[in-house]
Amino acid sequence: MSITLASQKPLAPSALQSVLGLLVGLSGVLALALFLGMGAPGGLAPLAIFSALAALSLLRFAHPLPLLADGALAIFGLAVILFTLGPAMPAPFWAGLVAVWLATWLLVDRLSLEIALRRLPEQPFALIIPLLFGVVLLVGWEAITRGAGVPSVILPAPSAIWARILTSTGTLWADLQQTFKAVLAGYAIGCGLGFVLAIAIDRSGFLKRGLLPLGSFVSALPIIGIAPIMVMWFGFDWPSKAAVVAVMTFFPMLVNSVAGLGAAGAMERDLLSSYAADYWQTLMKLRLPAAGPFIFNALKINSTLALIGAIVAEFFGSPVVGMGFRISSEVGRMNVDMVWAEIAMAALAGSAFYGVIALIERAVTFWHPSVRGA
Amino acid sequence: MGQALTRSTPFAIGVVLAVLVLVWYAAAIPMNAPWQQGVYGRAGAVDVPFTQFVGDVWNQDKPILPTPHQVVREIWNTTALVPPHMPRSLLFHAWITLSATLAGFGIGTVLGIGLAVLIVHNRATNRSLMPWIIASQTIPILALAPLIVVIGFNIFTGQLGLPPDPARFLSKAIISAYLSFFPVAVGMVKGLRAPEQIQLDLLATYSASPAQTFWRLRWPSALPYLFASMKVGVAASLVGAVVGELPTGAVAGLGARLLAGSYYGQTIQIWSALFVASILAALLVLAVTLTERLVNRRLGARPA
Repeated sequence: MSITLASQKPLAPSALQSVLGLLVGLSGVLALALFLGMGAPGGLAPLAIFSALAALSLLRFAHPLPLLADGALAIFGLAVILFTLGPAMPAPFWAGLVAVWLATWLLVDRLSLEIALRRLPEQPFALIIPLLFGVVLLVGWEAITRGAGVPSVILPAPSAIWARILTSTGTLWADLQQTFKAVLAGYAIGCGLGFVLAIAIDRSGFLKRGLLPLGSFVSALPIIGIAPIMVMWFGFDWPSKAAVVAVMTFFPMLVNSVAGLGAAGAMERDLLSSYAADYWQTLMKLRLPAAGPFIFNALKINSTLALIGAIVAEFFGSPVVGMGFRISSEVGRMNVDMVWAEIAMAALAGSAFYGVIALIERAVTFWHPSVRGA
Repeated sequence: MGQALTRSTPFAIGVVLAVLVLVWYAAAIPMNAPWQQGVYGRAGAVDVPFTQFVGDVWNQDKPILPTPHQVVREIWNTTALVPPHMPRSLLFHAWITLSATLAGFGIGTVLGIGLAVLIVHNRATNRSLMPWIIASQTIPILALAPLIVVIGFNIFTGQLGLPPDPARFLSKAIISAYLSFFPVAVGMVKGLRAPEQIQLDLLATYSASPAQTFWRLRWPSALPYLFASMKVGVAASLVGAVVGELPTGAVAGLGARLLAGSYYGQTIQIWSALFVASILAALLVLAVTLTERLVNRRLGARPA
């Protein structure tokens, strides 16, 4: 009797793939039947062709289809949906949309299996799969909002949001500048003070024992609630938002830096003390580099926190510019597409900010295993 | 004995807290002084003794920086001395925020665990969703809160015909769920993948079914990760519920108290709402920690 270990489990097409294949075919058949019931397909002719192809894909149960065929089917389907989309779509369109969705799912499942079997390279395909998912999400969002006539005050179509971004670049840019003034100033002050205080209390076991539990505790508190207080103290403009950001970013930096300063090994410290290195030499040449990964961890956490802090603080009162101000005021005026445009900018800015910190981290802590391995 | 006391952590925390309170009182003097001097100037009072000046500065009605005893007194007055069902009671507002937090946190945790299970057991889900979930950690999702609250509120009251209060509750719960969902999903994916290959192989030699492997190996080894991410998630849920109370003209809840306080310059009210929110956060994290201990004991884990 042979035992199959988990590590040697044969990687075979799962039952899920058969089910998906069947469902793709059946939804194609359903769309075709609906087309026949409707009479002339008119402008939907490409979709009828796709439905016929999806129905034909049932042949996979007689003879396996190549991966390329499934890929072509899914891409063709996505293109057809966007091409035929209009207001108030009839029933066959929705059956076709389901078929496209299932076909893409099947494609992604097959691609993942091929990568796991090492028949496809990891590099472009590990990126293509999430991108495909994103495309399906956007196409589905577009098709449902426009095809079913969802009111734009509930959910605008991605194309409407994109159009809004293009027509209001000036406003978006001004808002971004205003908010990022607070983000960058607060981030620099909060991270800087946290780091300096960490070095200051590092020599005192007493202060570390007293401050660290408090610092970790504070990270669970809704610090964002100090925003109205800061608006009172520092006024409506960006300094009050910078103050909120500084307080929010201070504690993660403090806690992580203190942990990082303790990260250098006893053997390395002994080595340096055998060289008669003094405190500052040990700090600069051993302990700060060893603390690098911890400090960058805090910098990355804080990059997200800073943006959240600045945006939410603007909900409590701000001049008539800024991402948080725009979001809260346009929500009130039911300009939902502008809100989504602003959120898209915030997402982009947040990822870019994080990405810059991550790039600096790679350059500075190049020696760390987590960077070397990547 | 004395040596042991001064070296203990609670003593150190106590000293640091005491210093913080002293700094707070000291800072209140210069921050509130200009207003106080204005009051004296209008009353024509000159040569006010310093002790009386300090006493007045620490007990203003609308100070720039309220002192700790003012905040504590306000919290005491609005919790112990008012029946909890009255809108004047902070307990009433705390409960409104807490109920939305708990509902959202429960939904978010269950969804997060469910998605993590899917990701760990399905290659396609892993490859298509995981990069997006990780990327979502870098974007300020709290910025979506006003959108969700207002749109949710309109849908619930308009299309679904709910009364305003349950509609507000549901919209806030959605934000809380959304904010606790991501940390839990990420933590659980890590946790469910924590078992070593050699342990999975051992279960395979026992010819354990996937369900048995899940319940006997993956789930128990994911629990530490689950509780760690639940602590992050519950704090995020509370922030979500508080921020969710800012738009829609909500009149109840800790977030609404913060906003009302900032409109009318009621600093003591802002600080007391902030303190109660912090106490809630501490209690929620404590509750997760206690649950963790209880579960660990039931599972026979050795105390770490």
